[in-house]
Order: sequence, then structure tokens, then C-alpha cells
Amino acid sequence: MLTLVIRRLLAGVVVLWGAATLIFLIVRVAPGDPATVLLGPDAEPAQMAALRTRLGLDRPILLQYGDYLGRTLHLDFGDSYRLATSAMDAVVSRLPATVDLTLTSAVISVLAGLLLGSAAGIRAGSGQDRIVTTLTIVLQSFPTFWIGIMLILVFALGLRLLPTSGAQSLSSLVLPAVTLSFPFTAIVARVARSGIAEAMAEPYVQTALSKGLTPREVLTGHVLRNALIPVTTVVGLQIGALLGGAVVVENVFAWPGLGTLVVESVGNRDYAVVQAATLTIAAIIVLLNLLADLLYAQLDPRIRAAS
Amino acid sequence: MTVVPAFLSGLVAARRARRRSGLVPAVVIGLYLLVAVAGPLLISYDPVRTPLEDRLLSPGAVTSSGGTAPLGTDALGRDVFAQVVYGARTSVLIGLTTVTVCLLVGVAIGCVAGYYRGWVDSVLTRLVDILQAFPGILLAIVIAGVFTPSLWVIILALSVTGWISFARVARSVVLSVRERYWVDAARLLGVRPRRLLGRHIMPFTVGPLVAMATLEFALVVLAEAGLSFLGIGLPASSVSWGQTVANGKEYLNSAWWISAAPGLALSVLVISVGLLGDTLTARYGRARSR
Repeated sequence: MLTLVIRRLLAGVVVLWGAATLIFLIVRVAPGDPATVLLGPDAEPAQMAALRTRLGLDRPILLQYGDYLGRTLHLDFGDSYRLATSAMDAVVSRLPATVDLTLTSAVISVLAGLLLGSAAGIRAGSGQDRIVTTLTIVLQSFPTFWIGIMLILVFALGLRLLPTSGAQSLSSLVLPAVTLSFPFTAIVARVARSGIAEAMAEPYVQTALSKGLTPREVLTGHVLRNALIPVTTVVGLQIGALLGGAVVVENVFAWPGLGTLVVESVGNRDYAVVQAATLTIAAIIVLLNLLADLLYAQLDPRIRAAS
Repeated sequence: MTVVPAFLSGLVAARRARRRSGLVPAVVIGLYLLVAVAGPLLISYDPVRTPLEDRLLSPGAVTSSGGTAPLGTDALGRDVFAQVVYGARTSVLIGLTTVTVCLLVGVAIGCVAGYYRGWVDSVLTRLVDILQAFPGILLAIVIAGVFTPSLWVIILALSVTGWISFARVARSVVLSVRERYWVDAARLLGVRPRRLLGRHIMPFTVGPLVAMATLEFALVVLAEAGLSFLGIGLPASSVSWGQTVANGKEYLNSAWWISAAPGLALSVLVISVGLLGDTLTARYGRARSR
């Protein structure tokens, strides 16, 4: 297990180094001088000259790249020209809102997905199964930004049950979290369905059924535990997609998280913040994928043995 | 003449009905393609022309120029129906181009990795790991946001991660097919690697790749709409469903149709493509890699 942890950690470090390099390259090939890009369009010439020296823009590109990696290791991405704070502080202040949103949405998705997946998987090939499968395709196909707006139209403007946007109270969390859950409920439902359908065909399920247990008892007592293993992994692996979805959904509801920060910063060419935010998100994803891998190994002894 | 027992004829009818209902997505997609190609020829729309006296008209209202606006007008008096039609062209154009680019790049990379294995394959696996450390849409937002807005920038931004699923499918098919006897036989006969790949291995990737391409098209269309909803990527002069949805957001109270109509058009297209993709995937298997 320890060698597995170390090997995965090393792989994670390599991925993060690559991610930092990719972001460096993107900001580098962006049209315009990096000093202008980092300081924004309204910077004064003296400021620009100072930054050019600080960033060492007159030096060879490889040295600049080395400097950048060094500063990235210290989580120093420079200052946001727009927000009057360091880029990393801006990211840290917005992070909790995104965590709230994604976690709430993950819980909704897992509960709804397990429910749908069980309904389909317990009778694979039945009409019920086909309806759920079609439903998952439909859920996954809706553009989240549009679903969000339609939910605002119905529940905030029409029925006046929930606020339209912002984050003043807990009720503000409901619409964004539900919106973000649409595609992920579908993903969880599909994984749960195939896990449950597979387990239902196992001999131990046949035994339990022939002992006279009802399908529901078999499902909760025997099948669900096994089906939960792939669901756990998929939640860990899909957290990246969930964060990506959050970027869009946050902008629909003016939710004060990383997603709104990234889009504002891209729009204002505030690349210090863009770098800090994208690399933070990448680090979260790499870490959660790692945890999902290890959890999977912990839950399923066969994987541990194989590695 | 065949005699079918009553209970069987019921089964046969049900299966036939199911097969026919399987055709619905294909017909709907065909309709969208038709609208994307021919619609703009039949309906004229100029995003710069803003007849303000027609602003926020409800669906079916008569405009000042004497025509009707079947889906109403937006805050600048522009016809929403025309925007839906022109938006179809944008979505289909970007979707098809991006999927073609991703398919070509992904298959080339996947085949090379699967056939030669070794360090090429390892490097590639790492590259994919790195790209997948970012949510695809985030990388697209950053890339599309950094460059000057244009159609090609959007296609580039969506292709950066889009090729991965094709490469995966191609690689896994090539990995398994290259071990088969006829490939060994061809190799022993002195067939060169390029021809071996092209003639004896790659034909087996076609089925799974077609299924993959369908699903990828749906994802690309969704992502493009998301980007233009956020106001990133496409120049302001182009018409896109995402843009129209965003424009209508401020007027939900008074003119809900501005956001509702293009979003519905988008949803129906993506759902149809998703259903078709599911049928194809069930038939050709293997392609379900995400």
C-alpha cells in the first residue's frame, strides 16, 4: 500500500509540474507583452519596467521558466492588478464558496443517482431500466447554464420561493447546487446501474433471492455495498468535471466562487489571478483523483493485490 | 403468407415500434442540419440592425416592418426565431469542424501510441494526465479568453482536450487488434508498418470512433454554447445560442422567450445526438470511455 501511495504521489507531482508548464505556455503565447498581460492594459511605463526586471523578461526563456516554477512552488503568482490583493489571496477568499457548491451538488447527485441507478439496475433490460437510461441521457444533455436560468424563471421569479442569485443565505445555495447536479446525477446513475445490474447476476444474489429475501432486501443488504465501490471512484474522478461545471453555473447565479473569479479575470486580462486559480483547481483535482485511487484500493482488496 | 401467433405479433409490433422510435433522433438531427444549411438562405438576419421600436415583442407579435416574430424579439428588437436559426448554423459548423480536427489528431496519436507502445505511449499517457488535471471547459475558457475572439480560436480551445477520447478509443482498439493472427501474418509477409496500420488495423477502429464522434459532437456543441454564454470566444458579430440565452437573462421577468427558445433548441439537438450516440455505442461497444 505504501509503495502505491508513493508512486501515485510522484505521478501527481509530475502532472502538476506539467499543468504549471501548460499555463506558462498559454500566457506566454498570448498576444501582447507578458508585462502588459500581467499588469493589465492601464499600467504605467515605470510599473511595466519594474515588472519586466522582476520577471526577468530580458533573460533567456528557460531561466524565466525556472523562475516561474520556483515562484509557483511558493504559491507566489504576483499581484492582481484589478483586486489590490495578491492573486493567491483572491483565490483563497473565493475557494470556500466553490467548495460549498460542489460538495452540496455532489451529495445531491449521489443520492439521486443511486436512487435512479437502483431502479434501473435491479431489473436490467426492463422497461423501467430503459426509461432511466433515456432519462440519464436527457439529464446529461441539458446545458447547465440554461437549466439554471429556467430554474430561476420558475422558482425565483415565478413562484418566488428562492433568491435569483448571490449568496446571502443558505437558500441561495439551492438553485445553483441543483443545477450543477443535473449532469452528475446522470453519471452516478449510470455507474450505479451497471454496478447493481452486474451484482444482481452474481451467484450470491441468486442464493439470497432463493432464500426468500425480497429484491429490496437483497439490494440494500448485499448489492448496494458492492455497487458503491465504483460510485465512490467515479465521484472522485468526476470532481474535475464537477468543478468545471461549477465555473459555468457560478456565473449564472453570480455565486462568489472560483468560477466567477476565473471568468472575470479572463475577461479583464488579469492573468496573475487566472494562473493562481487554474493551478489551484488543477491541484484540487489531482489530489482528489489520488484520494479516489487510494480509496478504491482500500475498498476493493483485489486492486491492492494487483498493484 | 406467414402466420404469427397473437402473443408473438404483439412482441413483433413492440420491437418494430422501438426500432422506429430509434429513428426519431436521427430525423431530428437531420432537421437541424437542414436548418443550419438552408435556414439562413430563407431568413435574413442582421445582428447589427436594431429596430428599437420592436423591442421585447412577445412570440407571434407583428413587427413594425409588417412581418411576424414567431418567437418574439429581444431587447434590441431583433427577431429571436432568426437568432435560433442562425445559431444552429454556428453550433453545427463549430461542432463538425472541432470533431473532425479532434478525430484526425486523436486517431493519429492513438494509433501511433497503440502500435508502437513503449516510450511514445508513456509520454502520451502523461500528456493526457496533465491535460485532464484541468476541467476541459476551464482550459477552453482560458485559451479562448487569452486570444482575440474568432471561430478558429474557439475550435482550437475545444480541440485541446477534445482529441483525448478519440486517441483513447483508437489506442485501445489498435492495442488489441495488433496481436491478432492476420496482423502477424501480414507482418511476416513484409507489409510495412504504415500499410499494416492503415489497411489491417485501422478499419476496426471505425465503428467505435463513429459512436465516439457522435457523443463528442454533443459535448462540443454544449461547450461552445457555454463559452458564448460566458461571453468568451466568439466575436460579438456572430450569432450563437449561448449568446442569445445570456442576452435574455436580464429580461427574464418581462421577456422569458429570449433565453428559453435558443436553450430549448440547443437541448433538443444535444438530447437527440446523445440518444443516437447511445444507440451507436450499444451497437459498436467499446467507445464508452468517459
